[in-house]
Amino acid sequence: MLLRKTAFAAGVFAAALTGASAAYAQTEIQWWHAMGGRLGEILQGQVDQFNASQKDYKVVATNKGNYSETLNAGVAAFRAKQQPHLLQVYEVGTASMMAAKGAVKPVYEVMNEGGFPFDPKNYLSAVTSYYSTLDGRMLSFPYNSSTTVMYVNKDLFKKAGVDTEKLPRTWPEVGAALDKLKAAGVECPMTTSWQSWAHLENFSAYHNLPFATKANGMNGMDAELAFNGQYQIRHIDNMGKWSKEGKFIYGGRRNEAAARFRSGDCAIMVESSAGYAGVKNEAKFDFAITNLPYYDDVPDAPLNTMIGGASVWVMAGHSAQEYKAVATFLNFLSSPEMQADWHQKTGYLPITPASYELTKKQGFYEKNPGTDIAIIQMTGKAPTDNSKGLRLGSFDQIRTIIDEELEGVWAGQKTAKVALDNAVARGNELLRRFERANK
Amino acid sequence: MEKRVVFRQRLLPFLLVTPQLIITAIFFLWPASQALYQSFLIEDAFGLSSEFVWFENFENLFSDRLYLESFKTTAVFSISVTVLSLGMALVLAVMADRVIKGTNVYRTLLIWPYAVAPAIVGVLWLFLFNPSIGLVAFWLKQTGYNWNHVLNGGQAMTLVVFAAAWKQISYNFLFFLAGLQAIPKSLIEAAAIDGAGPSRRFWTIIFPLLSPTTFFLLVVNIVYAFFDTFGIIHAVTKGGPGKATETLVYKVFSDGFVSLDLGGSAAQSVVLMVIVISLTVVQFRYIERRVHY
Repeated sequence: MLLRKTAFAAGVFAAALTGASAAYAQTEIQWWHAMGGRLGEILQGQVDQFNASQKDYKVVATNKGNYSETLNAGVAAFRAKQQPHLLQVYEVGTASMMAAKGAVKPVYEVMNEGGFPFDPKNYLSAVTSYYSTLDGRMLSFPYNSSTTVMYVNKDLFKKAGVDTEKLPRTWPEVGAALDKLKAAGVECPMTTSWQSWAHLENFSAYHNLPFATKANGMNGMDAELAFNGQYQIRHIDNMGKWSKEGKFIYGGRRNEAAARFRSGDCAIMVESSAGYAGVKNEAKFDFAITNLPYYDDVPDAPLNTMIGGASVWVMAGHSAQEYKAVATFLNFLSSPEMQADWHQKTGYLPITPASYELTKKQGFYEKNPGTDIAIIQMTGKAPTDNSKGLRLGSFDQIRTIIDEELEGVWAGQKTAKVALDNAVARGNELLRRFERANK
Repeated sequence: MEKRVVFRQRLLPFLLVTPQLIITAIFFLWPASQALYQSFLIEDAFGLSSEFVWFENFENLFSDRLYLESFKTTAVFSISVTVLSLGMALVLAVMADRVIKGTNVYRTLLIWPYAVAPAIVGVLWLFLFNPSIGLVAFWLKQTGYNWNHVLNGGQAMTLVVFAAAWKQISYNFLFFLAGLQAIPKSLIEAAAIDGAGPSRRFWTIIFPLLSPTTFFLLVVNIVYAFFDTFGIIHAVTKGGPGKATETLVYKVFSDGFVSLDLGGSAAQSVVLMVIVISLTVVQFRYIERRVHY
């Protein structure tokens, strides 16, 4: 009896001891992210895999709402000195994060100190250039990158007698398809999400037109917006006409339109390549993915499109031990297997050539036609100053301004020229303000 | 009529109001002074660098034509919300006051919406009226009416007004109902015996006797429409289409908490504070005189 009691007590003591020591040795890393729904589950899966793969570190991922809310939570936490180690920030917030020198710790530093060789050449140049300094040092860790593509509902195309073998490649061809779709009584011939990103930012890059001066802001904070050129005006004007004729149905400022495409209402949707997971999951019709349309009378079109999505920033103010944990985790995420898995499940780009090759080798693109459109469209040609990326302060607000002005065009209250001129003028005021606040 | 109570001791009255003063200081004076200070700064989002600029944030605001338009939007929004929610609540309260069977059920159901968070109210209404998936939008389309609040500014405004008013009806209802029950039945019976019909009884007896309640609710509702509605607007329209539903408080919210322009947002909240203080002063000085206690 006594023996049993002693043995029991010893057992408890031992358990307490090992439990305590395990808890002490583990370094915990906080990661605030903006991936909800299915994407959030996939992200959590990666984190669980990392935590199970070793014993020294533990990553705790927390969803903080959408991109703006996550950034906001990070900023507020930094002001209160409670910042997480990792913060996922959308591409629009890149300039703000880069300007916040005391708030972030550059990823290349973290990786070097952590003892992991970090070669930006392992990433697609279109991705690294977006998140690197001019001398090529990577400031944030590219996590989820996508680009704009066009989704087509083949069933509706067939119903309207539009060729489903040779899908429209240019905007005039899209226009012809819209005529047929409308005539066949399709309620929503075309819709789009992220209008500024698709129809001005990527439109400009794809046609080798400047969205802003100074290489779209990459070469300096004194850049000015320049997306009110003749070709942009012509495109927005066409979209306005289609809206008036009921061929283009506006769905909302973010990706509200995607629900309408997934339900089978809309025949054409311009959306992020990352919309693939949702479309594949829900669409009860035959769909295809094709490149973003362009105008073939513009000399350099099609060039390449730019990325959207987000990167992970390491926040300043933590211990060396914790940064070591961060470096280990980021290194884990960069493996071709993790990258390929993320790419295939979500529709985000394979941002390392190694993961692209791996996906090819696994035969994923043959089984899922159209999923490589985005990567081909982004990397097909060498980017110019107009298509490397955007780095503009207060860009979230500028996008809102663009949204407001474009809504005026879709509603028929403004001409394309007036709207774009307004948007440029209003946006420039914000750029000047940002320049001043971040001197 | 003398409404004041006279205290003999000097200390006691101060002691009695101290808790209220402390609350006011912590939850109003301190944040308000912070906002005032912040409104003189141009600062980056992380608070790493800031520049004291005196009134430049205010100058920027008032030279912005769109900011001035947002005053008009706010006026339309606030007046519509206040009138609609007060009117509906009064009708419902008068009806519920007459109900004999199942009083509690009716009352509970009518009070219920007040317990719903503003953002959820917005989402509920959005589900009904979403042009792509909304049930009511679908019915409207069946009748041939083209509902698309995503592009039609008037429809967007109607939708946020309905959502914001709907939420406030419960609160108003509660106060109106209490007000109605405080009116002596004998007065109404006497009027009835004198031959006054229901509508005459309402307008000449009940409505004037309810005026203290109505006045109180008027103040509360205007403050509600000015300050508490950004959650609904954020969920339903995000201020769009264009700037059709961007009220002053929504702009404070979106500039400050979405775009992280803290100086500009603080300046706007100071402007808003001045407006609401002056509105309340006006209400107490001029409208209260016409209230019978």
